[in-house]
Amino acid sequence: MNATAQPINPGKLVERHQLAVQDPDWVRWSLIVIALSFISLFICLPLGLVIFKAFSKGLEAYWSALAQPDTLAAIRLTLLTAVVTVPLNTVFGVAAAWAITRFDFKGKSFLTTLIDLPFSVSPVISGLIFVLLFGAEGWFGDWLIEHDIKIIFAAPGIILATLFITFPFVARQLIPLMQEMGNQEEEAALSLGASGWKMFWSVTLPNIKWALLYGVLLCNARAMGEFGAVSVVSGHIRGLTNTLPLHVEVNYNEYNIVGAFAGASILAALAIVTLILKTALEWKSEAER
Amino acid sequence: MSILLSNISKKFGAFSALDNINLEIPEGELVALLGPSGCGKTTLLRIIAGLERADQGRILISGQDRTEHDVSKRGIGFVFQHYALFRHMTVFENVAFGLRVKPRRDRPSNEVIAKKVHALLELVQLDWLHDRYPDQLSGGQRQRIALARALAVEPSVLLLDEPFGALDASVRKDLRQWLRNLHHDLNVTSIFVTHDQEEAMEVASQVVVLNHGKIEQQGAPSEIYDHPSNAFVSGFIGQTNVFNLEHQDTDWLQTAGLSTLQQQGKIVHVRPHDIVIEKSALDSDAFVTLKDWQHLGALIRIELVKNSVNGQPASVYAEMPNEQFKRLHLNKGDKVDLKIRHAHWFH
Amino acid sequence: MSQNSIMPGFRPTIGFTVVYLSLVVLIPLSTLVFKSFQLNWDDYVHIITNKRVLSSFRVSFTTALAASLIASFFGFIVAWVLVRYSFFGKRFFHALIDFPFALPTAVAGIVLATVFQPSGFLGKLLIDTLGVQVAFKPLGIVMALIFISIPFVVRTVEPVLLEFETSMEEAASSLGATRLQVFLKVIFPNVFPALLTGFALSFARGVGEYGSVIFIAGNLPYVSEIVPLLIVTKLEQFDIQGATAIALTMLVISFLLLLLINMLQYWVRKRSGQL
Repeated sequence: MNATAQPINPGKLVERHQLAVQDPDWVRWSLIVIALSFISLFICLPLGLVIFKAFSKGLEAYWSALAQPDTLAAIRLTLLTAVVTVPLNTVFGVAAAWAITRFDFKGKSFLTTLIDLPFSVSPVISGLIFVLLFGAEGWFGDWLIEHDIKIIFAAPGIILATLFITFPFVARQLIPLMQEMGNQEEEAALSLGASGWKMFWSVTLPNIKWALLYGVLLCNARAMGEFGAVSVVSGHIRGLTNTLPLHVEVNYNEYNIVGAFAGASILAALAIVTLILKTALEWKSEAER
Repeated sequence: MSILLSNISKKFGAFSALDNINLEIPEGELVALLGPSGCGKTTLLRIIAGLERADQGRILISGQDRTEHDVSKRGIGFVFQHYALFRHMTVFENVAFGLRVKPRRDRPSNEVIAKKVHALLELVQLDWLHDRYPDQLSGGQRQRIALARALAVEPSVLLLDEPFGALDASVRKDLRQWLRNLHHDLNVTSIFVTHDQEEAMEVASQVVVLNHGKIEQQGAPSEIYDHPSNAFVSGFIGQTNVFNLEHQDTDWLQTAGLSTLQQQGKIVHVRPHDIVIEKSALDSDAFVTLKDWQHLGALIRIELVKNSVNGQPASVYAEMPNEQFKRLHLNKGDKVDLKIRHAHWFH
Repeated sequence: MSQNSIMPGFRPTIGFTVVYLSLVVLIPLSTLVFKSFQLNWDDYVHIITNKRVLSSFRVSFTTALAASLIASFFGFIVAWVLVRYSFFGKRFFHALIDFPFALPTAVAGIVLATVFQPSGFLGKLLIDTLGVQVAFKPLGIVMALIFISIPFVVRTVEPVLLEFETSMEEAASSLGATRLQVFLKVIFPNVFPALLTGFALSFARGVGEYGSVIFIAGNLPYVSEIVPLLIVTKLEQFDIQGATAIALTMLVISFLLLLLINMLQYWVRKRSGQL
């Protein structure tokens, strides 16, 4: 043992030297400021503006804008679209996740890639393909005109385009979760004599319920808010084929700013509710883990 | 280099992880910080490294106060429990890392680095793996690479956190011996943390026993084993039989030939190999029954039941070489006589 | 197809999956390809090499590239701050990250247009202070696409940062590395593949984005007209062939770019020993 070169003052408090995983204070604070400014500029500001603009002419202007028959028709069509597309894509999502995660078969990863396909297609193209199928010049155009069935520039076209756009949402949430979960619990249920349905309701569903709700929530938000694809197939007929987002666009282009923002604020409220539910779901599933 | 810890204390909230630790480690020793989980041993190691801040106290490395040095300037080498190898670098680059991050004027040339890295990889006998990635290595190989990486910067002190904790039993045995030899060759002052007393005794030249944030005893393995300073150390190091004079073991111990009445303490610890048994000549007087035995390789562990008149029937363990046990021709249920050769007394 | 599982329900679920996938996605999408076979090569080249079409491609891809790069840079900082530091209101900001994802694009579009138009709150500020006009310029498109891209980058980088072993940082420090060296040599290389994924996702989304862009873009041909808008314009003029040709081209380019980025990612991961 060498002689100690310095006197030791054992009571002296240790000064804060830099720990390995800590950033210096100035770095930390600058990054926090940069990040929060960025979020404020690009997220908080738009959020605040929607709310502000909708009420800028007073509550009454807001209510009268909302009470217009065209607006109400747009809300109805939006709800109809969601009511049809969300359950269909939910059933699909569960079925696809079950087939992909519980069985081995050839072409499995290819199938998974195909399910994601609508995510990488521009919304406008998603609309266009249905025009190519069912429009006047489309594959079934003549047949549809003969039988007097309207798909394009009518509600069915809007629903089909939305179905395409929101196709992957539920499946995408479920596949990774069910993959990770494995099927031991399900095998246990089967070995205890449960039927297939019984096993699904009492073992699988309780395990995936939060992810399922999460997927449904995102699917619904997109179904109600889709603009590009719907805009291509709708034809913008007021009171008939305008969904709420299209109604907002029409009002905005006609310089009816209060009307546009009244509609926009409903959609923004939808987004905020979606965010709150989504956060709640995240906390819930974290707490159960 | 020697290490001197003076009055080190550390609290996590209300929990006192380390309470006024004073410790001197002479140069060139291979020291084990031994204790049950939660005793503060890893915290102490991380404080020495500078990965954690002590609330108070000083850390001196070869007489120099290093308490306020960042971990990067403390001149220590740290081997992490789960190795913490850089996943995106080859084995070679992992070992070279410490040399490549030196300030430009101290940084060796690429040729010097290559030479040194290969020399270190040869030292840990893994030069043939130099272009692999950590994910492609076994646990034992990763451990040795982590050690080579820490040695590359020529640390004055080598710190190892549970170095064998994550390894298979067979690999662990080999690596213990290997580390001991390596330390013998390099003679770097080294401290490793372990909760395994057998490992500490086998590898270390000095053992520091910690419990509840305090040092219970420091010394050479043999010293700690032969002269435990308190009941905790005695119970923690090796197997032991515990008797309590307050629990009416007095008569029984006297029968076993231990002169109990010197009032050296109230608690008696007896190592299994300090108990001698013989087949009882007089069946009726026998106060111990042989219940069962297990083979531990060269030794036999014998489970006895003491059936004293006023004491509770309880198990007592004895150990003896295989051959000796065979010569006794004992069977389960036999009554035996028992002699205690040596005991430790604690208050 | 083989299945050696005791799990029930393979036939109905795979059957439904394949049929539904074909009806909703594959058949509609394939009409795009079949429809374009009706064009002969010269017509196709004629449509695509039109100056207006070419400049719309240039506008779409450069703005998406710029926006994804900017969003990747700031998104990384946001993810870093949200994972590594604690500060007041962190959970609130954390929840807000998904707002662009939840907000319908048309609403985002009119809101951003209102903020950045020359009479708008930020638009006026930017013109007065820097003399920069954002709205009705390619810069406006970039702004809208940054908004859209934030969640893609943050949400892909965040989990990787969260799972990053801090002991690797401690090891690097104990070997003498400065904090900057630790970041550049240890942390960043491990997070880079995820950042690349986030970049690719936001780029793919940005190229095809329509709703949030058209209000702020001004849609000036040759200057701020994006490909999706041109497709819509062609459709409105009943130029189905033109729309199809442009759409197919864009789809093919997007897929090629995604393929390229996937290959780049494979290469990065392989080089970093993660495969």
